[in-house]
Amino acid sequence: MNWVSPFRLAKAGILGMNCRNVDFIGRYNLRRFYPLVDDKLKTKLLAEEYGVATPTLRFVVKTQHEIGHIEDRLMDLNGFAIKPSRGSGGKGILVIIGRKGNQFIKSSGTEVSIEDIRRHLTNTLAGLYSLRGAPDVAIIEDLIEFDDTFKGYSHEGVPDIRIIVFRGYPVMAMLRLATHASDGKANLHQGAVGVGLDIATGQGLKAVQFSNPITLHPDTKMPLGDLKIPDWKNMLLLASRCYEMSNLGYIGTDIVLDKSRGAQLLELNARPGLSIQVANGKGLLPRLRHIEKIRKPHRLADDRVEYAMATFHSQGI
Amino acid sequence: MVSRVPFYTIVTLLIFTGLCTALLRHVQLGIPFLPGQQEKVWLIEARVDFNAQNAPVLASLDLPDNPPGYAILNELAASPGYGFSIIENDGRRRGEWSKNSADGAQTLYYKAQLIRSKNLDTELVDVTPNPQPVFWDGPEATAAEYVIEMAQSKSSSPESFTRELMRLLLNPEPGQNTGLLLANQPPVIVMDKLLNQAGIPARISMGLQLEDARRRQSLVPVIEIFAKDRWLVFDPSTGQQGLSEDILLWQRGSNSLLDVVGGVNSRVSFSMIEQTLPALELAQTQFAGQGFAWLGVHTLPIEEQSMFKLLFLLPLGAMVVVFMRIIVGLKTSGTFMPILIALAFLQTSLVLGLISFISIVAMGLVIRTYLSRLNLLLVSRIATLVVLVVFLVSFLSLVGYQLGFSTGMTITFFPMIIIAWTIERMSILWEEEGPREVVTQGGGSLFVAVLAYLLMQLPLSGHLSFNFPELNLIILAIIMLMGQYTGYKLSELRRFRAMIEEDKA
Repeated sequence: MNWVSPFRLAKAGILGMNCRNVDFIGRYNLRRFYPLVDDKLKTKLLAEEYGVATPTLRFVVKTQHEIGHIEDRLMDLNGFAIKPSRGSGGKGILVIIGRKGNQFIKSSGTEVSIEDIRRHLTNTLAGLYSLRGAPDVAIIEDLIEFDDTFKGYSHEGVPDIRIIVFRGYPVMAMLRLATHASDGKANLHQGAVGVGLDIATGQGLKAVQFSNPITLHPDTKMPLGDLKIPDWKNMLLLASRCYEMSNLGYIGTDIVLDKSRGAQLLELNARPGLSIQVANGKGLLPRLRHIEKIRKPHRLADDRVEYAMATFHSQGI
Repeated sequence: MVSRVPFYTIVTLLIFTGLCTALLRHVQLGIPFLPGQQEKVWLIEARVDFNAQNAPVLASLDLPDNPPGYAILNELAASPGYGFSIIENDGRRRGEWSKNSADGAQTLYYKAQLIRSKNLDTELVDVTPNPQPVFWDGPEATAAEYVIEMAQSKSSSPESFTRELMRLLLNPEPGQNTGLLLANQPPVIVMDKLLNQAGIPARISMGLQLEDARRRQSLVPVIEIFAKDRWLVFDPSTGQQGLSEDILLWQRGSNSLLDVVGGVNSRVSFSMIEQTLPALELAQTQFAGQGFAWLGVHTLPIEEQSMFKLLFLLPLGAMVVVFMRIIVGLKTSGTFMPILIALAFLQTSLVLGLISFISIVAMGLVIRTYLSRLNLLLVSRIATLVVLVVFLVSFLSLVGYQLGFSTGMTITFFPMIIIAWTIERMSILWEEEGPREVVTQGGGSLFVAVLAYLLMQLPLSGHLSFNFPELNLIILAIIMLMGQYTGYKLSELRRFRAMIEEDKA
């Protein structure tokens, strides 16, 4: 059978689910700060307060009767994204990239009618996509026009960059590229491609899909090896500042690079997944333990990013 | 870092409390640790025969009262037309049958179930009895004095004197003096007389020799002497102190065994058989209302008991779920849904439960696909599903009944709301992640449910959880300990294998 011994996993410094939950999430993330990250609307408002860039919020749909005349409000929007405020795992996100007569065009190219959008909004408000099915609100925000660097690297959907931030230090990063298999979603277990990124440079390290190493994008056949994220340090800074903003010690920040507006925070995650280790080919544990040992953490995000870039390069820990 | 000491203290305390209470109840109340344990019980029947003389009848039989080495489990009298009551007077128990008028041969029965018990001592007596005055005929008096002197010269206490005296009288080659004493009277009478003469209060009691499947037995005499504030029993046939294990002391003291007023030719005879009874049943009848008995749920009405039988199995199921999720890393749909399904399986039996569960969920999924087109609000959609699940279950029950499955009704044990939610979740999962994930999570849930069911249906777990609910504290401790596990899940050994294998290459 294809099992590996737990001792070899431990030797490689792989962080397991139980260890993450008990030693990091349980210890560094206080429960009372969770609502700030579980609710995208709250995160957005908080981010504005702290000067962290996010995609522009157009409006919020809070009640069922607003859905009846939603077309008036969508009239002057060409492209937009509808998100459940408390959705999880990328569920319930509807991205409209343009129109064709009365129809709306989804990022996958399929057309949907205003009725479909209404149903989607109804489902969202009823809590179909939210954790535990609680009633929710839908937020409608501007479409991200992703940076030219990623041209050809993503099939449908926006490539986003997941950076794990531990006590304010960015410890590991990966670029997530949607594929046909992942249906435009950026979740690795759904078939998105994960490209590990060097914290020091933003250079792509290796790429995986379904845990298997690959070199070309499965849909566009673009080589993944020579990807390099522009403006890398600013992106790390944005991620690092989320620590002060959220008060959570162990978070995953999802950042996109907009063509005109630069790095934008999409959402925060208080329980970031473990597959980032697979994309990087490296265990998280040594880096996390290293940060844990720091007696006097740096006060400023700049200093923390400097420290992380100097410490966590591809040859280092 | 938070200190782990209080945590481990609590865990140790839980385990300790659970184990100790269980042990205590096992020892004190005799509740067996294993199901189906049997214990031996003697069923003894005393039969009283006499001829009534067309007059009011009152028959009174001496009954065993707290006999050493035995405990009475239950007793009853069966005699048509007679009133029966047990009268306790001056520490003695007598059964009294009465009838206004009777004629001809009469038979009365008294039955008792006895089990061996550990209390071998007779109870303490407050008032010291006096030795009875003894009268001998001329030459016997001298012989008696001589025998007493001989026994006294070799003894230091009433007990050793009794033993020595019995040894002398039981000697197969009796001396001149003992021979003279034994010539006219049975040894037991002689022993009793000699003991009283020596200043030791003594009496003759009657015991019953227990032997399986014997009929028409009579009582055998035993000697009791009073020493150390209690009556001590000696076996006159062996001269040993204490009773041999198979003798039940039936009648104690010198009062009569049987008195019959209004009848003649009365006699009493005994028959007995050895039975086996479940040890658990015994413990319940024997120790009801004693000591730690209130901790058990046996004091509740039967209906509540059967509910608790299921309830106390829940922690075991919860432990299975925790284990499968934390240590193994199996995906299930809904955290504790598997336990509820497992509980339902307990009522329906496994195969039928599985078939009906899968068919209900499958049919529900088909209907749900149509519902999703109707664009209903979530709560209303779930409610619709609940109603439809009720109909589905009733339909399946009817079909099952027509096909001759008697389990028709038991399907209703499935938690409807849970099933409705399962269908809803599965359907969303299907739309978002594809059928593969539905099979993974659904299969995982069913696997955990079957595993929990297999564990819960074991006679041992049912027995232990119901009779020793405190053992659930240990399960609680284990669950808490697993909550502290930070090692890898079994599934992660597969998930991250690519990374390790790559490094090697």
